[in-house]
Amino acid sequence: MTQIAPSFGSTDSSGSALPKDTTAPRRALRLNWSWLGLLPFLLFALMFLILPVLYLVNGAFQTPDGSYSLETMLSLSAPEIAGSYGLSIKLSFASAAMGTVFGLALGYALLLGGLPGWVRRAFMTFSGVASNFAGVPLAFAFIATLGRLGLVTLVLRDVLGINIYAAGFTLFSFWGLALTYLYFQLPLMVLMITPALEGLRPEWREAAESLGASRMQYLTRVALPLLAPSVLGCFLLLFANAFGTLATIYALTSANFPVVPIVLFQQIRGNVLYNPNLGYALAVGMILIMGLSNTLYFILRRRAERWQK
Amino acid sequence: MAEVSRRPPLLSILIALAGAAFFLVPLIATFNFSLRMTRGELSFAAYRSVFESDTFLSVLGFSTVASLMAIALGALIVVPTAYWVRLRLPHMRPLIEFLSLMPLIIPPVVLVFGYVRLYGTSSILPLTMTETGTNILLVIGYVVLSVPYMYRAVDNGMAAIDIATLTEAAESLGASRPRTIAFVIFPNIRSAIVSGAFLTFSISLGEFVITSLLNRPAFGPYLVQMGQDYAYQPAALAIMAFAFTWVCMVLMELFATRRPGQRLLQWRAPRTVEKAKS
Repeated sequence: MTQIAPSFGSTDSSGSALPKDTTAPRRALRLNWSWLGLLPFLLFALMFLILPVLYLVNGAFQTPDGSYSLETMLSLSAPEIAGSYGLSIKLSFASAAMGTVFGLALGYALLLGGLPGWVRRAFMTFSGVASNFAGVPLAFAFIATLGRLGLVTLVLRDVLGINIYAAGFTLFSFWGLALTYLYFQLPLMVLMITPALEGLRPEWREAAESLGASRMQYLTRVALPLLAPSVLGCFLLLFANAFGTLATIYALTSANFPVVPIVLFQQIRGNVLYNPNLGYALAVGMILIMGLSNTLYFILRRRAERWQK
Repeated sequence: MAEVSRRPPLLSILIALAGAAFFLVPLIATFNFSLRMTRGELSFAAYRSVFESDTFLSVLGFSTVASLMAIALGALIVVPTAYWVRLRLPHMRPLIEFLSLMPLIIPPVVLVFGYVRLYGTSSILPLTMTETGTNILLVIGYVVLSVPYMYRAVDNGMAAIDIATLTEAAESLGASRPRTIAFVIFPNIRSAIVSGAFLTFSISLGEFVITSLLNRPAFGPYLVQMGQDYAYQPAALAIMAFAFTWVCMVLMELFATRRPGQRLLQWRAPRTVEKAKS
């Protein structure tokens, strides 16, 4: 990758033997010009990524009459708004936790559980598809499966005599939504944890075994501590993934489940909060939570990569 | 211990079976449900009803055109940038990579909120005032959503070829910079671009949030409307969407692992397999 450097013009190719400081001015001059090559991308990012976000941030620190104040951001703690954030966080946490635990178990079984190669390949291919199968169609699939007239609901009721809807379950509740999210969270976890599981070297298990460790001791004292940063990082990514999800929940509940993205969606549609600036604050709160979990993810991934060569 | 682990332990088998059941049951149930539109028999009536509707064809057409434009615009922005960063500005890589990953941190609903305010009625650039302007904004939104994947695909493609040498060769033959990108670099990373394009396509074709908030007559909002109005057609649409996602992912994978100059379905030479592993 660093071999790119000698390509600064063909006449310079022998210049690598020269002392660095004699080439420095010329290089600086060229670099000033090179900046222009990135201009289209930077301009695009500025106009359609940075400025829109800054506009919202600016609005979040103003009151409707246009004066700067923290009042708008502080009003996020009003019971209704705080309740939405609480619901969003709980739902994202539940679906991410289930995805992490089950995904880790499935990944471990596939990669280190001694299953034949075709099983692993089949699961990996399917995971690639399922992790991208989100949005409205996923909601339809789960309505056809676990909705009031879904096939699984009917089979459970008519064949096994278990009426899950009479027992209090509905697909359009907290756990129904968490289960639906699991359909893309679980495969995403399998895909993301694979490099970490492949990085567990057999030598480490052999070393533990030759020192007399049982399989359980190897798992809890060696494998899990090694995997912990990766697992935690993946959890945070799954959390962020669920937190930003809107289409699935919109199609499932017809926007009747007040998580933050849904409230924001309604606010953009028709100012349901009766305060445009509160909408901006709501958006900034989302960015903060997404940014925080993604930043922690990158830190943990860097930590985890120490063990993967 | 070693002897036991020769054959798959029971626990692994159980976990794999449970995973397979969780993945497959919803698909089977949805497919079965989609066949039940005509009472008392299994038929493809729901699929027929979907295909026969004019709305379906018009929204699909609209979304396909918007997605293809997003792919073209995305490639136009990402390819020269990735090339330039690798060739001349490797120290800018962290900034460009950060910007390319930012759409993963900003949820689409926040992004489109910024768009409708910043490019709304009373702004300097009132894109949402006209229909063409709104369509442009929609395509731009799709591009932003796909940049993280497009950039990675193109950058990986460039890692596989020696762009410095190719550029020098092209320059020594008298090619200008745009000519080098268009006729030397671009053909060599075509597979990578196509790979990113399929992912972009699968993201933007059924996109709901941006599309709905910009009020475009596209596939995402149509799906939601179908879900509110009908029972069996949504199941048929879900099966079709799953098949569509599958095709996109397989094609993406196929193009991502393809080396320059290699035929599409040719078996990879053993040497390149080893190279990819190391």
